[in-house]
Amino acid sequence: MRSLKFIALCAALASLAAGGAKAATLDDVKAKGHLQCGINTGLPGFAFTDNRGNWQGFDVAYCEALAAAIFGKARGNVKYTNLTGKTRFPALASGEVDVLSRNTTWTYSRDTDLKQTFVGVNYYDGQGFIVPKSLGVGSALELNGASVCIQTGTTTELNLAGYFRDNNMDYEPVPIETNAEAIKLYQAGRCDAYTTDASGLAATKAAFDSPGDHVVLPEIISKEPLGPLVRHGDDEWADIARWVLNALIIAEEKGITRRNVKRMARRSGDDAEANRMFGNEGSFHEMLRLPKTWARDAIAENGNYGEIFEKYIGRNTDLGLERGVNALWTQGGILYAPPFR
Amino acid sequence: MKTVQQQYEVGRHPDLPPPLVERGVVKWVRDNFFSDATSIVLTAVALYFLYKVVPPFVEWAFVDAVWNADHRNECRARGEGACWAVLRARIAQFTYGYYPAHLYWRVNTAFVLLFVALAPLLFEHVPGRRYLLWFSLAYPVLAFFLLWGGLGLEPVESAKFGGFLLTIVIGVTGIVGSLPLGILLALGRRSRLLIVHTISMVFIEFVRGVPLITLLFIASTLLNYFLPPGTYFDLLLRVLIMVTLFASAYLAEVIRGGLAGIPKGQFEAADSLGLGYWKSMRLIILPQALHISIPNIVNTFISLYKDTTLVVIVGLADPLGISRATLADSKWQGLSTEIYIAIAVFFFVSCFAMSRYSLYLEKKLHTGH
Amino acid sequence: MTTATAIFPNPLRWALGLWRDQKHRGTIIQIMALVALLLFIGIIIRNTAINLQALGLEIGYDFLTEPANYDINQHLIDYNSLSSHLRATAVGVINTALVSVCGIILATVIGLFAGILRLSKNWLVNRIMYAYVEFGRNVPVLLQILLFHALIIHTLPHPRASLSPMDGVFLSNRGFYVPQPVLEPAAWAILAALVIAAALAWWFAGHAKRVQENTGRHYPVFTINAALIIGLPLLAFFLAGRPIGLDFPQLKGFNYQGGMVLRPEFTALWFALSFYAGAYIAELVRAGILAINRGQTEAAYSLGLKPNWTMRLVILPQAMRVMVPPLISQYLGLIKDSSLAIVIGYMDIVATIGGISLNQTGRALECMSITLFIYLSISLGVSTVMNWYNRRVSLVER
Repeated sequence: MRSLKFIALCAALASLAAGGAKAATLDDVKAKGHLQCGINTGLPGFAFTDNRGNWQGFDVAYCEALAAAIFGKARGNVKYTNLTGKTRFPALASGEVDVLSRNTTWTYSRDTDLKQTFVGVNYYDGQGFIVPKSLGVGSALELNGASVCIQTGTTTELNLAGYFRDNNMDYEPVPIETNAEAIKLYQAGRCDAYTTDASGLAATKAAFDSPGDHVVLPEIISKEPLGPLVRHGDDEWADIARWVLNALIIAEEKGITRRNVKRMARRSGDDAEANRMFGNEGSFHEMLRLPKTWARDAIAENGNYGEIFEKYIGRNTDLGLERGVNALWTQGGILYAPPFR
Repeated sequence: MKTVQQQYEVGRHPDLPPPLVERGVVKWVRDNFFSDATSIVLTAVALYFLYKVVPPFVEWAFVDAVWNADHRNECRARGEGACWAVLRARIAQFTYGYYPAHLYWRVNTAFVLLFVALAPLLFEHVPGRRYLLWFSLAYPVLAFFLLWGGLGLEPVESAKFGGFLLTIVIGVTGIVGSLPLGILLALGRRSRLLIVHTISMVFIEFVRGVPLITLLFIASTLLNYFLPPGTYFDLLLRVLIMVTLFASAYLAEVIRGGLAGIPKGQFEAADSLGLGYWKSMRLIILPQALHISIPNIVNTFISLYKDTTLVVIVGLADPLGISRATLADSKWQGLSTEIYIAIAVFFFVSCFAMSRYSLYLEKKLHTGH
Repeated sequence: MTTATAIFPNPLRWALGLWRDQKHRGTIIQIMALVALLLFIGIIIRNTAINLQALGLEIGYDFLTEPANYDINQHLIDYNSLSSHLRATAVGVINTALVSVCGIILATVIGLFAGILRLSKNWLVNRIMYAYVEFGRNVPVLLQILLFHALIIHTLPHPRASLSPMDGVFLSNRGFYVPQPVLEPAAWAILAALVIAAALAWWFAGHAKRVQENTGRHYPVFTINAALIIGLPLLAFFLAGRPIGLDFPQLKGFNYQGGMVLRPEFTALWFALSFYAGAYIAELVRAGILAINRGQTEAAYSLGLKPNWTMRLVILPQAMRVMVPPLISQYLGLIKDSSLAIVIGYMDIVATIGGISLNQTGRALECMSITLFIYLSISLGVSTVMNWYNRRVSLVER
């Protein structure tokens, strides 16, 4: 009992001290001179190394944009920590990384129980199945009794259990740590089906020797809104992370690209929203305590949302993903940034 | 004395060379392969096993292998064998991780100097051993600045460390850091002071009772909770701390074994010289105990060195971690067997060499008595 | 004045005096060590409390009774995704125990054979064993697990083309399927027969030993006892009207249904652990045998014992005494290495409570503490038992 009281007392004292010290992640980032960004240990299209060892990908591009918004350019100002499904939340919670950009699904309990703040969605995904064509399976509902490969430590695992339970079907889960290993097992025939986010399935299928021999089943069994997240408790930092993402989306809406952003930022004509974003009208940047050029720098790094999408995971890449629901709301998708005003 | 003229049958005279079946290759083959029924069966089984395993492997690994390609599909198009091209493309990452390419010389220098620092510790007849020992003592500091930078050298962050560089950094730091701690723990466990003894024993038994992987998980998920708010170490540092604690418990037991091997007379002799506890330990007991424990210290190092592969599970870029990142590149997907075999060969060669050295030491120690 | 200094001596000198006195110095060091330890623990608890408070997290083990929501492929007790985290932990513990026990048995067998063959006069055989021992000891066990797994997955055929060496036995990259015995009520007779046979065998062994000690007569104990233990239950099986049926695995849909299965993950882990530990045990066996004085062999031969009897009755029992302590640490090592199961997805303790449960609930502190506690209990339990055995077989010095 006494030790409990002692702990409580310490905790109370500490929360007083911590209240002042914790608030400003932005100041910490500026002080250490770089943004520490948590990314995957390797996921095609989203985070991977080139032959020279540089990290690239859809998730990495967001880190670069955020770093550019703070420092003017990403080069030299962003460092990466590779996190597994297990280490990602503790790493964010303990302050080891400032932001987590690692295809993480926004869920209720991660938001509330784990005390994370999701700043938005940069990819609307859903869980699906891929099977060899030779099995003759046309629907996920025909998978009764199948062996299914899954990546552990993800929401996919829970969705899978729920889906088979709800449909009164049996299956043999084959859990595995990494995407690469799971694909290997699927190809070797250890499992009949591989389940992961639809984006991952596309990447997987594209990398096969003969993609035509495999089909992605039509069922999408879950909603997987993937996005960057930060710790609870620093709303200012969460706002910065959120509005960098929104700026990338707004830029696409307005046709501001990597190439024309410098010109557009100088003189955005009659577009009041763009003028506000680029600091030509009002001083909105002060509300975020960022430099005036933050939006321009973020967009200049890898281009707008659409450009990043096309560069790493779009139709002309190995993954070959369609925009689908991730198209702008003006183009039939659900990607929608709140107005900048 | 009457000499007996003995008659020999043809071919039985003792001065004749042994018959063909009793000498040379024939005899060797017969003695070694067909000496009795069991031996014949064993030989047959062994030959069948070799026939089943060796030719297909050689065919896969050498005859049909592809050494030069830019892409997995290019390998597959050229043959069914191993696609070693992936190693060619990524050899720098497997060696140095993400260490900046223009600074490789610093890693190489540190690596070469490691052997200079080790030489006087491992071999007794090294010219200028006395001065080299001072260098050995200074080496950890030197290596730290070479690898991480500082003192005018361009700093390199821990996250850039990877590949075999990381394996060696973790292994060497673990063993060097755990030596003082291990000695203290060993002395503590032998101590007559109850509390000191209990603390040492509980620590040693705790660390030896749990798998290294759980300690690494503590490093990756919990250690930051234990630190004062606002401070945190990077993952490599946390892993190094845990590996050092882990190794110190094992080393403590090795050194305790060494201490147990010191004859009682030595302790009594030290006492009779009027030396206090620390002086007698430092001057008389420990030098002898450490000397006879060296083979086992080397063995502890070998197992620690092999255990460094576990850091991949917490997301560090050791050779297995690099292989994960490599396999995530769609250009090289599915080539895990090649990569695993290459890593296995690397570990085999280095561990085998070290275990030979430890055997050599053991032999030398035995002849000394 | 002088009396005052005698009663209240210079405190510094007094402390120095205490320090110089060996007995007191011990006490001081002890107290200092204790204070340092308590301070250290206190600081850690304080930091943890502060950090958790700052994050708004609380420590609590309530989540253990909540549904785990994930499935586990190999569960020897009832388990489904609605079972609690606690039950998932139990499944993990059983899986760890299973692979450890199987691994220890196989590793001992491999080690014994390899160690003896390593001393064989057959050049080819002892070279192969040498290669095995060196490979096994010098390649990290994690890599061996990955290699064995890759080997099983890639070389064995797909279930539809599985190898079937016997009726009802199927070998594929989904696992090794064998018929499962189904016990009917009358099966108790067989169990009873087995118990009776074991009791008889125990008695006979004792009897034979007494007879041999008194008269020198030797019974073929092993053969007779083996016949007893196999024969009596077999007899009971037929007398009771064959109460054990067999559930044959059958290919239904994607996989075999029914029967018993050794999954590739289990098999790979089992083999890799045994292969790795076996190499070390082989060296222990070899060293143990070599440590026995050559005179022992010669003495046994001169008594007229045959070579394999010499090995069994004279050399091995003595070698065992040398081998047991290092053997204990090999076994403990194997149990701890089984935690690497996580890399190939075998659902042991680290994969269930220390893995998926930790991931899904985010309760790192709680899950890790449970994992550590379980491993510590296992390790301490095993070493207690083995130390007891070790004391029993050790030489009683006179």
